[in-house]
Amino acid sequence: MSGRVLVGVKRVIDYAVKIRVRPDKTGVVTDGVKHSMNPFCEIAVEEAVKLKEKKLIKEVVAVSCGPQQAQETIRTALAMGADRGIHVEVTGKDYDTLGPLQVSKILAALAKKEDAQLVILGKQAIDDDCNQTGQMTAALLDWPQGTFASEVSMEGDKVKVVREIDGGLETVKINIPAVVTADLRLNTPRYATLPNIMKAKKKKIANVKPADLGVDLTSRLEVLRVDEPPQRQAGMKVETVDDLVGKLKETGHI
Amino acid sequence: MLTVRADFPICCLFTYLFISVRSHRCIQALKIKQAELAVPQLYTTLHRRTCSSGTAPRITTHYTIHPRDKDPRWEGIEMERFADEADVVIVGGGPAGLSAAIRLKQLANEHEKELRVCLVEKASQIGAHTLSGACLEPSALTELFPDWKERGAPLNTPVTEDVFSILTEKHRIPVPMLPGLPMRNHGNYIVRLGNFVRWLGEQAEELGVELYPGYAASEVLFHEDGSVKGIATNDVGIAKDGSPKDIFERGMELHAKVTLFGEGCHGHLAKQLYKQFNLRENCEPQTYAIGLKELWTIDEKKWRPGRVEHSVGWPLNRNTYGGSFLYHLNEGEPLVALGFVIGLDYSNPYMSPFREFQRWKHHPFVAPTLEGGHRIAYGARALNEGGLQSIPKLTFPGGLLIGCSPGFMNVPKIKGTHTAMKSGMLAAEAIFSKITAENVDSETTGLHVPEYSDSLKSSWVWKELYSVRNIRPSFHNYFGLYGGMIYTGIFYWILRGKEPWTLKHCGLDANQLKPAKDCTPIDYPKPDGKISFDLLSSVALSGTNHEGDQPPHLTLKDDSVPVARNLGIYDGPEQRFCPAGVYEYVPLETGDGMRLQINAQNCVHCKTCDIKDPSQNINWVVPEGGGGPAYNGM
Repeated sequence: MSGRVLVGVKRVIDYAVKIRVRPDKTGVVTDGVKHSMNPFCEIAVEEAVKLKEKKLIKEVVAVSCGPQQAQETIRTALAMGADRGIHVEVTGKDYDTLGPLQVSKILAALAKKEDAQLVILGKQAIDDDCNQTGQMTAALLDWPQGTFASEVSMEGDKVKVVREIDGGLETVKINIPAVVTADLRLNTPRYATLPNIMKAKKKKIANVKPADLGVDLTSRLEVLRVDEPPQRQAGMKVETVDDLVGKLKETGHI
Repeated sequence: MLTVRADFPICCLFTYLFISVRSHRCIQALKIKQAELAVPQLYTTLHRRTCSSGTAPRITTHYTIHPRDKDPRWEGIEMERFADEADVVIVGGGPAGLSAAIRLKQLANEHEKELRVCLVEKASQIGAHTLSGACLEPSALTELFPDWKERGAPLNTPVTEDVFSILTEKHRIPVPMLPGLPMRNHGNYIVRLGNFVRWLGEQAEELGVELYPGYAASEVLFHEDGSVKGIATNDVGIAKDGSPKDIFERGMELHAKVTLFGEGCHGHLAKQLYKQFNLRENCEPQTYAIGLKELWTIDEKKWRPGRVEHSVGWPLNRNTYGGSFLYHLNEGEPLVALGFVIGLDYSNPYMSPFREFQRWKHHPFVAPTLEGGHRIAYGARALNEGGLQSIPKLTFPGGLLIGCSPGFMNVPKIKGTHTAMKSGMLAAEAIFSKITAENVDSETTGLHVPEYSDSLKSSWVWKELYSVRNIRPSFHNYFGLYGGMIYTGIFYWILRGKEPWTLKHCGLDANQLKPAKDCTPIDYPKPDGKISFDLLSSVALSGTNHEGDQPPHLTLKDDSVPVARNLGIYDGPEQRFCPAGVYEYVPLETGDGMRLQINAQNCVHCKTCDIKDPSQNINWVVPEGGGGPAYNGM
């Protein structure tokens, strides 16, 4: 076993920023807006680094797909304890249409190339809320998956994952190699402190193009329009049930 | 006593007015002092009355107020810090800090010397905590980068129209912008200062400056001989109650031969340095204003790119210094930057700068521009108004002060960026020769560079500040705004500030508040949600956020003072002057009485509370780096 873990990190608009729809309605304003690492990706990195600290794995590789700025996100992962980074360069139109299908193809190709034992991802990204990349990556690799993980432990050649599901908690044991996606309660990510950021500058970030991995980035989706959520209308108070029925009839609801 | 020139009748009139006004203010100051002496009695009675549920609830948990070496929860925690050496460390990634860093690297490259310059900035990215009008005077920029246009500096909007008005409740009196008046903007550019600072950051990185945004300098380090050794960045992983979390990690120490402090207006480390090195013994206390700003996309028909509008008057009364600005930017979409500035020496504790700003927008001269528009950003920041009289000693062993931190703003021009940049450049030039010299002759381990002060005093910065030094203090007369404008008209426009006297300010802004019982509450109109807005939705637009589980960084020296004194005498002015809704007086959960609730997460780092708190009990310290507003091109 190579003892290598691949962690995917995504650069997203910071959760506290008030986003604004672009005037041409094709998307959201991103220019100059504060970006940071997807919170679930932070949890994924933390879990990988914890496994390394427990000596259960040997190397943590952080991967990000995107333009030049994605390197900042990889640096943060390196500062948290990842050993090296891979920046998959995707720019311009390709970046606008980059979605879970394309990213999972890239991650699957990299997992094979790097001979990874485990791929740990965040369960979803806070900008598109897709919750698909982990699942798709596992399918493309034909690997088992442990999603929504709130606890991960290695047991020999298997991984025990406690999953957060609607009804409660589900424990599964899956064979390595596997894909795990991190949920909120998995751990509390450490801070990327300044000495570690300085050390991270010396760690390597390899530059890769999707074509080198044999990945086709064409999207099967076309975004037609992006709108702000409708303004919440004020409610109305009615005195009696008859009034209620009357109002519902008036507004065409019944 | 002022000297009176018999051949200047107007001068006589004003001299008379100023003398009588000075004595009037002396008496006022005396009354304030007497009120202060009377306070302890009042405090104890009120204290008993508000103390029904026992001791005041604990608000402050920060280690600067409750030291960790005496705290049992911190026993056995590793407190060693990682340390690194640089040649120069700069605190603050604003125009001054970045200009200094850039100039240092330019000189190093010119002279083929190696120089490690590290810059720490508390915002998560360079420019995220920058807020200003702003009309930039490109003088300093042209000195720094003569080819700034080719380098793509975001100065896209030259000023084409300059409009000044005195507003009354319903009308507007136009004031001609004659050449020679300080606020005339011919040759200047309307900029989004955050974008400009971001561009400066890119230029600095290209030159090899090590920029570290997201790391706040929280402590000044000293050598054994008392000179400044460098700074330490903030610790991370302290819980809200002050105890260490599992992820606790100490900050890092950055040592340098010289440390430049460019924290902007009312920096918290500068506050410590003033005390440590007694830098303010020969200058007047700094006086400040608060500036609130919004960015709007407006109807294209109303958009006039390059138009600059300033106003004074309504809604402020003639004795409250302040005014508005509205600039039409030319950056693609129809964008206007507008805002309101109010001097923090106001006396009515019921005044809310935020609400004055909101109601100003409804004036018939302003509202039509905003109708049909959409607000996209909000923010606030204190700015200094003290001018020449309030500049402290600028150098001390191991460090020096640059930018708005000591305060070089030209108040009537409402511009401080060009002087801040120049001060950073002069600092770099002064220290360069010293730090690259083979054998430095220094009394202290941290280098003392008094040459910076000297070069600043012989530069155009000093000349400019000298010529406008009397304009702001001239507002402290019975006629307030009108007296000030007449003074400016005569002494600045005609005489260019050559009058031989220097007027004084009124003392600390915090001491200017009158007790609530002597003032009338102001009846502000409700926000209409289209042009004016409520405070909380505005704060959300600033994008501000802090890690929730950390000690509040608005620390109180004494937790019982807010209810006893601020609420008791002044009716809690911090609820009104904070532009982010950090301070709230809420009823106690049990018993009657009130307590102060500090919503530290809302803080936009404007520093107004530290300045205006009448009890000077609030001490703003830096929160975990990366927290604070997320301004985008403000």
